[in-house]
Amino acid sequence: MRMRNFGIRSMSMRKFLYISPFMVLLFTFAYYPLYGWVYAFFDYTPPIPLSQSPFVGLRWFRSLVENQVKIDQLLQVIKNTLGMSGLNLLFSWLPMVFAIFLTEIKAVRFRKFIQTVTTLPNFISWVLVYSLAFSMFSSEGIVNGMLRQLGMTDSPILFLQNSDHVWLTMWLWTTWKALGWSAILYIAAIMGIDDSLYEAAHVDGATRMQVIRHVVLPSMLPTYFVLLMLQIASFLNNGLEQYFVFQNAFNKDSIQVLDLYVYNLAMGGGSYSVSVAISMLKSVISVVLLFSVNGLSKMLRGESIV
Amino acid sequence: MSAKLADPVPSAEHRSRLEKKTGFRLSATDKFISVVIYTLFSLFAFACVYPFYSIIINTISANDISAKGDVVFLPKHIHFQNYVDVFKIPGLGTAAMVSLGRTVIGTSLTVGASAFLGFMFTQEDMWGRKFWYRFTIITMFFNAGIIPWYLTMRSLHLTNNFLAYILPTIVAPFFIILVKTFVESTPKELQHAASIDGAGIMTLFFRIILPISKPILATVAIFAAVDQWNSFQDTLLLVTESKLYSLQFILYNYINQASSLSTMVNLQNAGSTAMASLATKQTTTSIRMTVTIIVVAPILLIYPIFQRFFVKGIMIGAVKG
Repeated sequence: MRMRNFGIRSMSMRKFLYISPFMVLLFTFAYYPLYGWVYAFFDYTPPIPLSQSPFVGLRWFRSLVENQVKIDQLLQVIKNTLGMSGLNLLFSWLPMVFAIFLTEIKAVRFRKFIQTVTTLPNFISWVLVYSLAFSMFSSEGIVNGMLRQLGMTDSPILFLQNSDHVWLTMWLWTTWKALGWSAILYIAAIMGIDDSLYEAAHVDGATRMQVIRHVVLPSMLPTYFVLLMLQIASFLNNGLEQYFVFQNAFNKDSIQVLDLYVYNLAMGGGSYSVSVAISMLKSVISVVLLFSVNGLSKMLRGESIV
Repeated sequence: MSAKLADPVPSAEHRSRLEKKTGFRLSATDKFISVVIYTLFSLFAFACVYPFYSIIINTISANDISAKGDVVFLPKHIHFQNYVDVFKIPGLGTAAMVSLGRTVIGTSLTVGASAFLGFMFTQEDMWGRKFWYRFTIITMFFNAGIIPWYLTMRSLHLTNNFLAYILPTIVAPFFIILVKTFVESTPKELQHAASIDGAGIMTLFFRIILPISKPILATVAIFAAVDQWNSFQDTLLLVTESKLYSLQFILYNYINQASSLSTMVNLQNAGSTAMASLATKQTTTSIRMTVTIIVVAPILLIYPIFQRFFVKGIMIGAVKG
């Protein structure tokens, strides 16, 4: 008996040993970078290594709010972050509506064509999106060419250098890229609706709009709720690439989100320690947000989302 | 439920048939709504396709006509010289090899590791299974931040190192979830039968699990390959040596400095055989657009063929998590 127990035990350990190299990789690239947070507590200026940099405690955290100029700059970045995330959140219902009306299309081939074509932009990188944007909207771009040909403009319109509607154009590009893809989950939810519900609605004499409102919409709300919660949890994580590629000297003030600001501070300005300090605050707030929405989800739906 | 989720299309057709049969009343409002729906969807589809289309027709039209903005719906004076000339730019060939290399090597390793880990996490007797699974999955929901990541990668000597493109992508939680869900849905008897026949865990994995998981592994492979091909941020942060630049990174540079490149290519052409005619003379725009098409071509080519795999992937991922 003891022998057998030992055998099972060793089998169980052996299985773990097989996956352990992968756990080491995961630890190295997902957990170990957290150690990089210590840079926030040192006065680190390359090429002097961290080990010889003086420990400064919370100096960098205090420096974020030490004078009005810095406060204003940080506030502008936070405003951009919340503004652009807020716009995305405000229109988070769009994929749902897209799915509802797409499935209302009776011509199967047309519907499949639309679905295929609108999902495509999701699979190209932000660099490529920017390249397309540049080809269409730069001063030598196709749109300016057309406007000139039509005699509507004398000098090219500098769409990409415009600093007035950055939040809106960034939202438009995000939507262009992601709308078709985000709708797929909702399309799946609609396909999962029991046919008897439609039959019942028909017997009751419901119109198309009534069917959408009373049958289709309620069946999509659980999916919407989960995605909404996840979106709130990543409110501060706009990502770097989109804003980095669209950034230029003219729109910098209104396009810098936290991720881009942190990048510019460190890689552009060499202020690694301050940058790490902001990164750290951002990560902590994000984790708090995640736990909050998870708690909220448990309370409202009795299910956790992570 | 899950069967319907996994394959939505037949069900949709069934629904259309149903509606035809039972015949929802079409009021004037309904018809008006239909027109609006069709118009809006057509416009959006046009907005999704036209940028690609217009760049393609511009790269194969005479460059002087293209520069004037005259190529709008159809190519004019078709030629393919741009696609020959563009490879005269030093670095583009190397970058293509880097992108191809990281996509092939990275994807193979990611698929292998996802298959193995997805399978191992179904092994209920594995020591600490629940803990290690959570340890893996939770990394989807937090990260240390770009700069701490950069600083630690540098301390590991993974800057200006091809391995930086590969190692961090090997363990991919989302793909592991996809495989694990799939393996759990296959009949347990297969594994039991093999175990009774004395197969070890590795034999089980290679002989039983890998062959039956082909559909989900294809999905993972497509996702991983697109991720690798599109990756830009790691080059931006970790690479300063031009021989390790990826196509995406080179394209980004070209957008900002294409004018000097077109001059260079034109000088090369002038020095060789004949003076380049205006139609094939490289302009800032022609270089940039041609490189764009080269970078996006693999995606455009595989996308229509593999679209159903993408859809399947997001469905399984969503059901689970």
